[in-house]
Amino acid sequence: MSSTGMERLLRQAREIQDGELSKFCARITKLLQQQDSGAEAVDALQRLLLILSATKYRRKLEQPCMNLLQTTLCSTTAPPQLQLLCAAILREMAPVEGLALTCEQAHNSHTLSLVASVLLAQGDRQNEVGSVGRHALQLLEARPPEGPGPRLLLPVLSKVVSLSPGILPEGSWFPPGSGEGLLWQLAQDRSHLPRCGTLVHLSWLCNGGTVPGPADTQYPLLSSPDVQPKTCPSCPRSPGGPAAPEASGLAALCQHPAGVSAAPWERLLCSSDKPGLVTEVDGSVATDFFTVLSTSQRFTEDQRLNVLVFSMLRTWLLLGLPAGLTAVEADDRSELEGSTQSVLSAASATASRLLPPQQQLRAGAFEYCQRILEQSGRRALRRADSDLQKACLVEAVLLLDLLCRQEPSFLYPTLPCLKALLGRLGGDPKQARTLLPVARFLLSHGEAAAVDSEAVCRHLFTSVPAELFPCPMLAFELVQFCRDSLHILGPGLGLLKPSFPNLLKLLAWHSPALTSEFVVLLPSLVDAGTAVELLHALLDLPCLTAALDLQLRLSPMTSEWPLWDISLRPTSCLEGFRDPHFQPLFQFLLRSKAAGSTLRLAPLYRLLQPLAGCARVFQCAQAVPTLLHAFFSAVPHVADAALMSQLALALLERSGSLFPVPQYEDRVHRVLSTQLLGLCRLRPALVVELARDLLGFAGSVSGIRSQEPMFTAVVWAAGEYLTVAHDRRCTVEQVTRFFEALEALLFEVTQSRRSASPPQCQPQVITVLMTTLTKLASRSQDLIPRVSLLLSKLRTLPVGPGDEDTDAVRTRATELTNLLKMPSVAQFVFSPGPEANSSRFHRDATTALPLALRTVSQLVDRETSLLPA
Amino acid sequence: MVHAFLIHTLRAPNDKDAGFCRVLYSCVFGAEKSPDDPRPNGAERDRLLRKEQILAVARQVESMCQLQQQASGRSSVDLQPPSSSDEPMSLHDAPHGAFRLAAGDPFQEPRTVVWLGMFSLGFALVLDAHENLLLAESTLRLLARLLSDHLRLLAPGTSLLLRADRIEAILTRFLPHGQLLFLNDQFVQGLEKELSTAWPL
Repeated sequence: MSSTGMERLLRQAREIQDGELSKFCARITKLLQQQDSGAEAVDALQRLLLILSATKYRRKLEQPCMNLLQTTLCSTTAPPQLQLLCAAILREMAPVEGLALTCEQAHNSHTLSLVASVLLAQGDRQNEVGSVGRHALQLLEARPPEGPGPRLLLPVLSKVVSLSPGILPEGSWFPPGSGEGLLWQLAQDRSHLPRCGTLVHLSWLCNGGTVPGPADTQYPLLSSPDVQPKTCPSCPRSPGGPAAPEASGLAALCQHPAGVSAAPWERLLCSSDKPGLVTEVDGSVATDFFTVLSTSQRFTEDQRLNVLVFSMLRTWLLLGLPAGLTAVEADDRSELEGSTQSVLSAASATASRLLPPQQQLRAGAFEYCQRILEQSGRRALRRADSDLQKACLVEAVLLLDLLCRQEPSFLYPTLPCLKALLGRLGGDPKQARTLLPVARFLLSHGEAAAVDSEAVCRHLFTSVPAELFPCPMLAFELVQFCRDSLHILGPGLGLLKPSFPNLLKLLAWHSPALTSEFVVLLPSLVDAGTAVELLHALLDLPCLTAALDLQLRLSPMTSEWPLWDISLRPTSCLEGFRDPHFQPLFQFLLRSKAAGSTLRLAPLYRLLQPLAGCARVFQCAQAVPTLLHAFFSAVPHVADAALMSQLALALLERSGSLFPVPQYEDRVHRVLSTQLLGLCRLRPALVVELARDLLGFAGSVSGIRSQEPMFTAVVWAAGEYLTVAHDRRCTVEQVTRFFEALEALLFEVTQSRRSASPPQCQPQVITVLMTTLTKLASRSQDLIPRVSLLLSKLRTLPVGPGDEDTDAVRTRATELTNLLKMPSVAQFVFSPGPEANSSRFHRDATTALPLALRTVSQLVDRETSLLPA
Repeated sequence: MVHAFLIHTLRAPNDKDAGFCRVLYSCVFGAEKSPDDPRPNGAERDRLLRKEQILAVARQVESMCQLQQQASGRSSVDLQPPSSSDEPMSLHDAPHGAFRLAAGDPFQEPRTVVWLGMFSLGFALVLDAHENLLLAESTLRLLARLLSDHLRLLAPGTSLLLRADRIEAILTRFLPHGQLLFLNDQFVQGLEKELSTAWPL
């Protein structure tokens, strides 16, 4: 449907009046009461959902209709289509005050799943999350042996723990005196993690009932003596088994390679659901247990559970463990002699049944991950499967990371796997995204992996962004990786910082999505060694975008669609890109590592001018001011005196040398001027040290017009900080030199204003000049007569009709003249000592400041009122 | 976990007459905890906030998509479906991307949004901060493909606005309660077959 059609429909839905809605509700009520309303009811509910969702304001449904929606939702006989719609409608209205729906009304997994979706949308005001969790657990424990129950309920539990980690009662994890806790079950699920799906569902059957199994197998459950055995009805156990609880080591014994004949007792356990032939993604017959990367013509219920459990596993390991687990873990470990050995062997041997449940779960997860690592190396026949392989690989590595953090003994068997993996992935650009979790793993496991982590970080920071910067997802993930890994990078940080030119390529190409990421990341990239170069690189970011555009245009095409704007044909730029004359500049701009020095890129600005108007360059230019602010936020923490003056000089220089993107200069000038003042505030001595450069900058009329904010900032800084109070090195000569230069400038500017030509500079500039001159004069009293003369001329500026600007200038001139009449007050007002900033001066009425201010304002007011009209 | 899934309109960049960005379908999987608000009509305000949150995501996705389209010089023509609907859709070349939402803006928790543009429709998953993005991306592609196949989104005269049951049915199977699933191709085909049986086209 066209967008106008949809728009019309939405408008209709919004415009429905309350009266019409209540009639419609009555119709729905009638339809829902009929047994065979079928398609008509579905259609009506669709419309109701649209009416509700089309507006963000609440619409009231009649109570009978509300009640029937809830009844239909919980009904065991209603068609699923109606139930889905009822749930969607109730969810759309959420949160609903006085909702009658509760978990108690759901007697089967299907209904509870629907009810849960509604209750979890209520915002947990009535502790719905906990209630849903408990009921899902109860149903899982009491579920009928067949059917998709767990498959429907596990995602509910997963959502519950992610909404409220640790909310499930601890008993459900480590049940004192019973063996039916969820973790226990999940630990049992180890069976359906690493094993062929046939055994999966068995662990969910463990409700305390017993079913005789083959006599020759024994399954100890929990090593803790106070935990009573609870056995799965289908779990084989020995009638004369050991006193230890039974039934959880099932998995370890059930070597059930897909396609390989099962042991007799195992066949007994297989459900009637016969799996098809299980193959690997490359088409070969599977010779190991079933995983998400195993394919089959038809999937059994347990294979579906297997998929689900792997999908949820990280959430469980991360959030599902109750708060007190660490202590439990410690106890458990102390019971086992040498935890390293026990868990290590658990991964491959029957010893796992001796382990406590959470360790069994981990051991199972570990084994599963290793199988995934192996499977992800196979060559997938279908594209979707090769995408899935990458996703699985990422998940497996994330899981291994988590497992190793929870159970450090996993680290030693994991490291060689990951090293092998690195060897496989390293050279393949398609696998760049899967390298990120591997790198993170290596980084977070410190010294054990230091060598490899350095190599992989180097790869990630150099060739990956340089070659793959156009991929939006990779760019996002890589930047996120850098951002999230800052605290664990350690020596890697030494690699990251000099790689900023490469990282900026990602930003230059994807500025809308990455700007906020870089605002967080940038401060960490700034250090004394790179700051100046980084500042130049940020200012040249739009130029980098243009250069990357050219680079892509000249490289062989990798995607079906060109990644650049085909409507632009920057022939001259492309020729220039190949021109040996420009080559060094392009190489510098596209460098992958910090060069330690900077090149002036002005020739490139002219060459790349045709690209300055293209959308991507423009977008990037818009991001630069924000990025500059982020950059300067880090400067106070890293910059010493020398660096600050280098930065200030760079600001002065660059304000006149920017890539000519529309509006770019104006925006950047505003930031640069603010930051220059910021630097001076941080280190007032800068003004004295850089007096010559500042004077050079401020002394020319051209600066006033093209770089007004910067000019204003420099003049203001001179007035504010060129004083002995801030730097003892400040001399009368310096003050006089500044005074004379600015005096000439002000004269020139105001003379031109007097003439008929339109005003050439803003009144702000004139007032700043006047104020600065007055400040300087207040410090060197010989200058007072000169500035008074100048000011008196300005007080008599002729006023044009509606010329408020001139009014403002005249007012300021009058104020300043009046102040100068009392030199000692003027000095105090214009150059207050640092103590003037202390709060006492402002609060305490007996101190001099308020008194002085009052006197001054009285003087100023009186004189202003005497202004010639 | 996925916090929310949404489908919304994508207007062509610079098209001033195209109205507003509209959310056509949204599903929040488990709401964030409501603030303790003793004032009356707390529930109503809460719902308003959630609708605004989803709309904020939709608008941001729209502008990300527009900016990306502009940057690669693709005109608004690309936002129209191909004239013959037999043309196979390659979602791998569709505009897509990800961005992050800081905590408190607009959701309580930090979130990552993965989005995909398909002609004039935007699809987005709002994820918990550290989800497996490769999985989320392929899940989003899968959902977009399934929705376009099973709702015949590209055929003229069909609207997803009145077919929420089918969208729900797809989500229940492929994104149950916001749980991203590792589904291989065969598995997807099996689930699709099941879907087609339960919800014939």
